[in-house]
Amino acid sequence: MGAYHLRRLLIAVPSLLGISVVLFTVLALAPGDPFEELATNPNVPPEVRLALRAQLGLDDPVWQRYWHWLTSMLQGDWGFSFVSRIDVDTLILQRLPVTLAVIGASQVLALLVALPVGILAAVRPYSWFDRIASTIAFVGFSLPTFFTGLLLILLFSIHLGWLPFVFKADIEATGWAWWWEHIKQSIMPVTVLGLFQGATWMRYVRSAVLDVIRLDYVTTARSKGLAEKVVVTKHVVRNALIPVVTLVALQMPSVFGGAIVTEQIFRIPGIGSLLIDAILRNDTPVIMAVTFVFSILVIFFNLVADVLYGWLDPRISYR
Amino acid sequence: MQEQDIRGLIEDVRTGHLPRRSFIQQMVGVGLTAPMASMLLMHAGVANAQTALPYKPTRRGGGGTLKLLWWQGPVHLNPHWATGTKEQEGSRMFYEPLAGWDPDGNLYPVLAAEIPSRENGGLSADGRSVTWKLKRGVTWHDGQPFTADDVVFNWEFIKDPATSSSLIATYRDIQVVKVDSHTVRVTFPKPSPFWAEPFVGTSGMMIPKHLFAPYIGAKSREAPMNMAPVGTGPYKFLDFKPGDMLRGTAYANYHIPNRPHFDAIEMKGGGDAVSAARAVLQTGEYDYAWNLQVEDEILKRLENGGKGKVTITSGANIEFIQLNPTDPWNEVEGERASIKSRHPAFSDPAVRQAMSLLVDRKAVEDFIYGRTGVATANFLNNPPRFRSPNMKFEFNIDKANKVLDDAGWKRGAGGIREKGGTRLKFVYQTSVNQPRQKTQAIVKDACAKAGIDLELKSVTAAVFFGGDFANPDTYQKFWCDMQMFTTTMTQPDPQVFMEQYCSWVIAQKDNKWAKRNILRWVNADYDAAHRAAQAELDPVKRAALFIRMNDLVCSSNHIIPVVFRPRPSAAGTKLVAPLSGWDNDLWALPHWYKEA
Repeated sequence: MGAYHLRRLLIAVPSLLGISVVLFTVLALAPGDPFEELATNPNVPPEVRLALRAQLGLDDPVWQRYWHWLTSMLQGDWGFSFVSRIDVDTLILQRLPVTLAVIGASQVLALLVALPVGILAAVRPYSWFDRIASTIAFVGFSLPTFFTGLLLILLFSIHLGWLPFVFKADIEATGWAWWWEHIKQSIMPVTVLGLFQGATWMRYVRSAVLDVIRLDYVTTARSKGLAEKVVVTKHVVRNALIPVVTLVALQMPSVFGGAIVTEQIFRIPGIGSLLIDAILRNDTPVIMAVTFVFSILVIFFNLVADVLYGWLDPRISYR
Repeated sequence: MQEQDIRGLIEDVRTGHLPRRSFIQQMVGVGLTAPMASMLLMHAGVANAQTALPYKPTRRGGGGTLKLLWWQGPVHLNPHWATGTKEQEGSRMFYEPLAGWDPDGNLYPVLAAEIPSRENGGLSADGRSVTWKLKRGVTWHDGQPFTADDVVFNWEFIKDPATSSSLIATYRDIQVVKVDSHTVRVTFPKPSPFWAEPFVGTSGMMIPKHLFAPYIGAKSREAPMNMAPVGTGPYKFLDFKPGDMLRGTAYANYHIPNRPHFDAIEMKGGGDAVSAARAVLQTGEYDYAWNLQVEDEILKRLENGGKGKVTITSGANIEFIQLNPTDPWNEVEGERASIKSRHPAFSDPAVRQAMSLLVDRKAVEDFIYGRTGVATANFLNNPPRFRSPNMKFEFNIDKANKVLDDAGWKRGAGGIREKGGTRLKFVYQTSVNQPRQKTQAIVKDACAKAGIDLELKSVTAAVFFGGDFANPDTYQKFWCDMQMFTTTMTQPDPQVFMEQYCSWVIAQKDNKWAKRNILRWVNADYDAAHRAAQAELDPVKRAALFIRMNDLVCSSNHIIPVVFRPRPSAAGTKLVAPLSGWDNDLWALPHWYKEA
């Protein structure tokens, strides 16, 4: 297994380089520049804008800019935003806690909902519970998050007035009050995202369990006289969850990417909204840094998923 | 309105027969701006009116936290490189100019002890210099005193081309000298009727010399104060997360007594305009939201909750349609929409007149924009009560049909008019924006009844307004027959605004379409009038010239003004927040308070 890991890690390096080249080229070819607002402002003479572009090296040839970026990145300097002049790593770190908290919590909620509901639905297939759960799941992943988000806002914030709908990253309060404020403002976005994700996963869990539950060894276990609960938890679930674990591991990078639509609706200052704002403003260093970290995470979690899969299922071996 | 008429009105104000306010509104009615009208009076020696801003609290503090919702959050806090109003507003929380513009266009002193005038010796007789007396006892947030050195430093900072300040055009040609510790003199290269541009309003916020001195020129972008400002304003900086949250606390040594009323201030950014309106008008989570580009119907519904009200502030933004005088479909010397070409249909004044008759401005106002868009016939602003006597608008499909028939445009295949092989089929573009798409639909419908076929095109705003010279869909390229957008007047004086129709700034391939006359309209009379206005010392003659320019461009029908766009914002019912269309929303921030 050691050789396999090493090989995968070694292949990851050129993959990342390739990704960064493609990203950088696409951004360089894309229309727009970070100072376009200056272009439409009648009071700003064109020389000012051109001077700024030259200052930031925007007029250099693409390969030169890429090389500059790559060497700085390897030295740990992620550059600074063209628009605000703040270091990119400061910007990302500012938004990381909120992203991890809100999006992370929604993934946990999704798991907590999908697992029991999916398993129960599969253990009693085509029963009332299964039919209702499946329908709700279909509705859940068909409705877009901006729709469910707006519905929840209209119901809980505006009609009932129970929950605030504008997210505040810093709350001046301490102890229980701080936790309570955070919970109140996070419930809606976490629910919106969590249920959306949970709906998809519930269907996966259900079909994975259904696949396993009709296999012979389950019948054997039942005929040996084991309690149904033990059969399900010790034998069925363990085997059924292997593909689900892989799925969850592959989903982990999206926690970093955030959920752009939900962040917009609830004004959550997450990394997703940072990325979108940077794209709309043509702020290349920020876009490069965020997407590059995202690609590292994707490659890393792919590896993790493969390793986990091999560990959980002894039938799989890697050469 | 001729020069003589204006002079007569000024005399009436001076002798007390005409209220100052009426004069200003009449001037606005013929296309001037309120600040310009106010300067006309000042030049004639009519004393500046001092606006009294209502303020009830009797002590500083005790108001809690003021929560502002700016759905486009500021990303930096240096007013001298602000490209958009969001950074100006963020900076205005901490920095102040020498004076601001009130809603009637009068100057309101902030860091100045008084407004310069002929009587107090502030304005020189030859119109070439202004002497500002600074208020005493003003301190920066770190305790250092505010003096004339700071004012001179701001000028040096902005005029340095290495700083790349967006305000450079205002400060480049003037001279600023320190007379004594609290007096500065600004000298203009030629007599300037509009002297109140440097150091006033959005282009005049003061940054501290003692902190910024090492960061002048190319190093200005590295100054830590760009993210942590130290100013003279009512609130001290606390925390800033770009694009997300800006916070401040009340400054205990603020130079106006009993202000500010609030103990802390927050400006949250992000999201969209509709939910910002909801947060103020329906849930009351926020006290004030800015620039609500939302349909009036929605705003009215939100207001029904009774938690807040929508304020419409008049400025000078105008939504209008341009008819291309050049041919965008055929290349001349490798360039589309070249000024060497002529548009086959729009070069006929009858077609342009017909198009103007086919835009139902009233319907656009009533059904789309409501209070946020007022039907107008003028390119320079136009409030409803005082219509300019010169320009009128009309919506008349029958008349349009008649005009076209008389000019020889006969209906051909499919009911589309044609003449000499040219069909009246046009591409009409604008940005992606729901009210604009609805306006396009209304215009298309009316044109269809007159035998004109319009193909509607919408381009995403970031591209349309983007200025990227490689993209064919920008409004600067104007590679289609007609386009519609809102142009904003960023300064109270119309000279820069009206320059966009002069022939020396035509956007073309060789200047990468970076110049301002994207309409590509050429008119010798207009050019002559603008040149004369630049050199004209007498502000009354100058005002008459601007009125003439407005009439020239509107009567050519190459531009069809649709609606004049005041700025809607929402405030909680208890919040008292005086707003001005000629300055930032936060121009009177120290005077904001909440009624008990």
